[in-house]
Amino acid sequence: MRFGGLFAVNDLSFSARPGDITAVIGPNGAGKTTLFNCITGFYKPQVGRITLNHPSGPILLERLDDYVITAKAGVARTFQNIRLFARMSVLENLIVAQHNALMSASAFSLAGLLGLSRYAGAERRAVERARHWLDKVGLTSLADEEAGSLPYGHQRRLEIARAMCTGPVLLCLDEPAAGLNPRESAELNRLLLDIRDENGIGLLLIEHDMSVVMEISDHIVVLDYGRKIAEGAPAAIKADPAVIRAYLGEPDEEEAG
Amino acid sequence: MEAKTARTLLVDALLGGLVAAAMALPMLGVRLEDSANGLSLSGRLDWVAWAVGIVAGGRLLIGLLRLLLAGRVPSPPAPPRAVMAYVGWAMVAFALVLPFLPFSGRNLVDKATLVLIYVMLGWGLNIVVGLAGLLDLGFVAFYAVGAYSYALLSQTFGLSFWVCLPLAGLLAATFGMILGFPVLRLRGDYIAIVTMGLGEIIRVVLQNWQDVTGGPNGISGIERPSLFGLSFKMVPPEGKQTFAEFFGLEYSADHRVIFLYFLILALALLTNLFTLRIRRLPVGRAWEALREDEIACRSLGINPTLVKLSAFATGAMFAGFAGSFFATRQGFISPESFTFIESAVILAIVVLGGMGSQIGIVLAALLLVGLPEWFRELQQFRMLAFGGAMVLIMLWKPSGLLSTREPTIRLKDTS
Ligand SMILES: Nc1ncnc2c1ncn2[C@@H]1O[C@H](COP(=O)(O)OP(=O)(O)O)[C@@H](O)[C@H]1O
Ligand SMILES: [Mg+2]
Repeated sequence: MRFGGLFAVNDLSFSARPGDITAVIGPNGAGKTTLFNCITGFYKPQVGRITLNHPSGPILLERLDDYVITAKAGVARTFQNIRLFARMSVLENLIVAQHNALMSASAFSLAGLLGLSRYAGAERRAVERARHWLDKVGLTSLADEEAGSLPYGHQRRLEIARAMCTGPVLLCLDEPAAGLNPRESAELNRLLLDIRDENGIGLLLIEHDMSVVMEISDHIVVLDYGRKIAEGAPAAIKADPAVIRAYLGEPDEEEAG
Repeated sequence: MEAKTARTLLVDALLGGLVAAAMALPMLGVRLEDSANGLSLSGRLDWVAWAVGIVAGGRLLIGLLRLLLAGRVPSPPAPPRAVMAYVGWAMVAFALVLPFLPFSGRNLVDKATLVLIYVMLGWGLNIVVGLAGLLDLGFVAFYAVGAYSYALLSQTFGLSFWVCLPLAGLLAATFGMILGFPVLRLRGDYIAIVTMGLGEIIRVVLQNWQDVTGGPNGISGIERPSLFGLSFKMVPPEGKQTFAEFFGLEYSADHRVIFLYFLILALALLTNLFTLRIRRLPVGRAWEALREDEIACRSLGINPTLVKLSAFATGAMFAGFAGSFFATRQGFISPESFTFIESAVILAIVVLGGMGSQIGIVLAALLLVGLPEWFRELQQFRMLAFGGAMVLIMLWKPSGLLSTREPTIRLKDTS
């Protein structure tokens, strides 16, 4: 992916397997977010290929529009700077995430407009799914609050719940632990492991906090200046000299703590 | 501290005066005089001085009032949901009995009809601006499409109002979709500029397409509506009965006025019912989500193109209905009824009402359309009062009269 003369992501290839947590790490500006934007269709890479092995067959992501990637290929994401529907309630955020299912159930809302029971059933199922994820992220008691009024840590978890409500096969999380306190961060780890184990989906995780990365990831890809400088299991990455030079070598508060 | 606030106030007032001077000098300061030896310019600096004085003084006054009243003018708390529902029903009940109240007469019902047209337009635009967050400044175009659709369909094919109404809505919705395309990629203020241009284009087309629209002369003699075939004319058309004959009443021109009032009331309530309902449906929720964050919408698999076009089309459809009603009420339409200022008034109603609040829009329409109608005696000061009222309200309640939003679904209620 190129911006003018800058190669933000270049000559990168790796794979993330279902049922694995794959962490993408690298210094600021390494191209991690850009990589996510390519996978989720927000940017179109000038060259290269991104294939998703969907249960129903392989899908070439780099050709699809961003919303089609979520709707058809089942890739969901969160954002580095949280993007909730701030003035809608927590529950509404989770219902909007199930828009496509509800649309087809309600014949583009027409059935709902006429008050047909077909839509009522679909909405009940959507609420059940939302309730399931609310329980998982511990926001059930806040379901009717305005999403924008929640504390930061809750908003992060709500965004993950919202992404999961789309029913993805691959979940991309852009720095989900940023700005969380240690307790919230530990909760997040449990949540992510839980999602991996229960839903059997692939997780792609950008993270700065090395303690989080080392603890929960099965596989790590290290980027620097848009290139992959290392890839492997957490233990191997920890010992990789190139990684230590580029990333771990920097004085880092979290590491010290 | 005191001295500092006093100084900022004074500086503020002086700056206001300066701007007023710059504007007043060319506009009020010179006067073209027609005398015996031709045209001559004469100065009118006293007017300029007055303008500067009023603006600077007013600015100082507003500043002082804000300082003194800060925190003292209570901003009433948002009424709870149950209360709002009662208020809504009370308003509907009042609207239903209004024509039969002792103090109401033909004049009042006629004015109420006008207010209801704007309530309906406000509710229609609210779908586009309040729910979907697309700042549409060309809304009057769809109102015009509705009006001309009815006038032309009825005159060319002799179709009745009741057949033309849905057709006009459909045509307006189609136009909404077509005009929606150019603004799909735009955001915020850019949408406002482009829609404003598109609205003007429609008006200019109506003005110049002589053969079809009659150009600036408009279309006159538009068919009046009937109630299940009962005409409201003094002398019914061949083979038809009049309303008065059928019910054994004495003929009165008031019948038609009251009928039109109930017709627009029904249309407006239909718009309201639709909005209340669609907000709880996937399409409506997607509109609101789009207003909140388009990128997040995409990341959830929502096709923003469809969401935007459906909002434009739906809003336009209700404007089309209102336009048909307008044509049948007036019996005459011309491009002059569909100028940009109409769009601006409708948008002002939505913004003043509080972006998305149905009752707020009714209040705003009463304020912006109803009150000026009553104060027609004020004549040229009407617009001044109008502007002043807008400024005061926006100072008092910057987010509109009623701006709280109720969730469309509650977990509490679903279990
Ligand atoms: N839309 C864009 N236009 C131009 N440059 C961009 C754009 N997005 C990202 N970049 C550049 O690409 C590089 C990688 O950015 P990013 O992917 O955000 O890094 P990271 O998420 O790893 O911190 C940076 O140098 C950034 O300035
Ligand atoms: Mg980033």
